[in-house]
Amino acid sequence: MKYMMFVCDDTEPETDESLVPDIHTWVAENDAAGRRITGNVLAAPSAATTVRVRGGQVLLTDGPFAETKEVIVGFDILECADLDEAIAVVAKHPMAHQGRIELRPYAEL
Amino acid sequence: MVDVAQAVAAAGRDSYGRIVATLIRVTGDWTLAEDCAQEALAAALERWPGDGIPGNPGGWLLTVARNRAIDVLRRAAVENRKLQEVAMLGEPAPEPAGEIEDDRLRLIFTCCHPALAPEARVALTLRTIAGVPTADIARAFLVGEPAMARRIGRAKAKIADARIPYRVPEGPALAERLPGVLAVLYLLFTRGYDADGEPAFADEAIRLARLLAELMPGEPEAASLLALFLLQHSRRHARRDAAGDLVTLAKQDRSRWDRAAIAEGLEILLGTPVAGPYALQARIAACHATARTPAETDWRSIAGWYDELARIQPTPVIELNRAVAHGYAYGAAAGLELLKAIEGLDNYPAAVAVEADLTARAGDTGRAVALFRRAAELAPSEVERRALLARAADLGAAG
Repeated sequence: MKYMMFVCDDTEPETDESLVPDIHTWVAENDAAGRRITGNVLAAPSAATTVRVRGGQVLLTDGPFAETKEVIVGFDILECADLDEAIAVVAKHPMAHQGRIELRPYAEL
Repeated sequence: MVDVAQAVAAAGRDSYGRIVATLIRVTGDWTLAEDCAQEALAAALERWPGDGIPGNPGGWLLTVARNRAIDVLRRAAVENRKLQEVAMLGEPAPEPAGEIEDDRLRLIFTCCHPALAPEARVALTLRTIAGVPTADIARAFLVGEPAMARRIGRAKAKIADARIPYRVPEGPALAERLPGVLAVLYLLFTRGYDADGEPAFADEAIRLARLLAELMPGEPEAASLLALFLLQHSRRHARRDAAGDLVTLAKQDRSRWDRAAIAEGLEILLGTPVAGPYALQARIAACHATARTPAETDWRSIAGWYDELARIQPTPVIELNRAVAHGYAYGAAAGLELLKAIEGLDNYPAAVAVEADLTARAGDTGRAVALFRRAAELAPSEVERRALLARAADLGAAG
C-alpha cells in the first residue's frame, strides 16, 4: 500500500526537541529498505501558483490554494505493508517531532 | 419459546464476536462478517424452536454464518482460494480454539486502533465484538441511529482504506497499544447510560475485559481492569434509591452489594501484581468493597494507593481523590492541605464539594455552609444540587 506523507510545519510551540532524528539518516534508511519511493522539500508557499480551468480559460492565482498558518514544506511517498508500518516510519521523521505529518493512503481504484 | 430466545441470546453473547472475528480474518470484509453473524442468529431463532437447541450452539452458529458467507462470496465470484479457506472453517472439529481466540484479540486491537477517533473505537467495539445493535449504541450515546451508523461506517471504511492491520501488535508495540485498548474498555464501562441512569454497557465491558484477561494472561493490567470492573459493578444495586437518586458510598446498603462479584475481583487481585493504574484503582475499590461499614474503611491503605496513583497519573481529579482519602485517613486538615496544592481545579464542582466536606469536618461550620451552597450552584445535575443544598441546610441547622 502506498502512502503519501504531507510534511507540515507547526505554528504551535509545543514541539518535541528531546531526540529529534536526523533527516539524512531517515532518508537513507528508508531508501535502502525500499520503503521510500520519492519525496522532496518544497519551496515556500510564496513560490506557489494555483491553477484552475473555468469556461475553457486557464486561471492562475499567486500563492497556495489554502491560506493557512501551517504550511506543507515537503512530501514523501512510502510503500508500506500497512498503516502501522507507515506510522512507525513517520514517527522517526524529524518533522513529526518539530511539526506534523499527515499520512494519507493512495485510494484503491 | 422464551427458552429458545434466551438460548439464542446466550449463544450470541458467547459466539458473536468469535464468528465475526474469524470471518473478518478470512474474508477481509467487515460488513459481510457482521451480516452473516446476524443472519445466523436470525436462522437460530427460526429453526431452534422446531429442531431443538443444538448441542453446540456456537458451532451451529459458526457453521450457518460460514455457509452464508460462502453463498455470498460464490455469488460475487471471488477467487476459489478464498472460498476454500472459508469452507474449511469449523470443519470437521467445531473450533480450532487457538486460531479463533487469536482472531478475537485481533479484532479487539483493530477496533481500538489509535488511528480511529476515540468515540468510534468505543462504538465499533460494541457493535462488532459485543454485537450490540447500532440503535442501542446510538440511544446510550444520545445520538440518532443514522448518525451512529455513519460513525461506525466511517471507522470501518478507514480501516479498509488506510489498511489498518488486522493483527495483535508484538514486542514494544504491544506495550504501546495495550493501554489504549484498556482505555477503550474503560470508556465502554463508564460512558453511555441506560434509562435508569446506570452505565449501559457494563456487562459488555466485563465480558470483553474477561476475554482480554484470558487471552493475555501475561498482562497484569488486563486482569486488573477486569477486577476493577467487577468491584465497581458489585455496587450497582445499591447505587440508587427508590426515587432513582444517587446514593453515596457511605450511605449505601452494603447488604445489596454483589458478594460474588467482589469475591471474584479480590481473587483476581491476589494473583496479579501491581503493574499500573488499573491495579491501583482496583485495590482502592477493593478497600471499599471489603469494609463491612463505612467506619471500617481502611483509609490509610486507600491514601497509600492514591499516593502511588498520583505519582504515575498526576491528574487534578486523582489528586482530588487523594486529598479526600488523606482527609479520612489523617484528618480533615491533612486533606485540606493537599487540596490547596492542587492546580487546575478552579470551580470544578466536585472540588468545591470536597473542600466543603473537609471544612465541615475541620469544624469551620460557617465557611462549610457557604462552600456547600457554592458547590450546589456549580453542580452539573439537579440531583447533586439538591444533595449539596441539603448538606448546607443540615450544617446550618446544627450550627
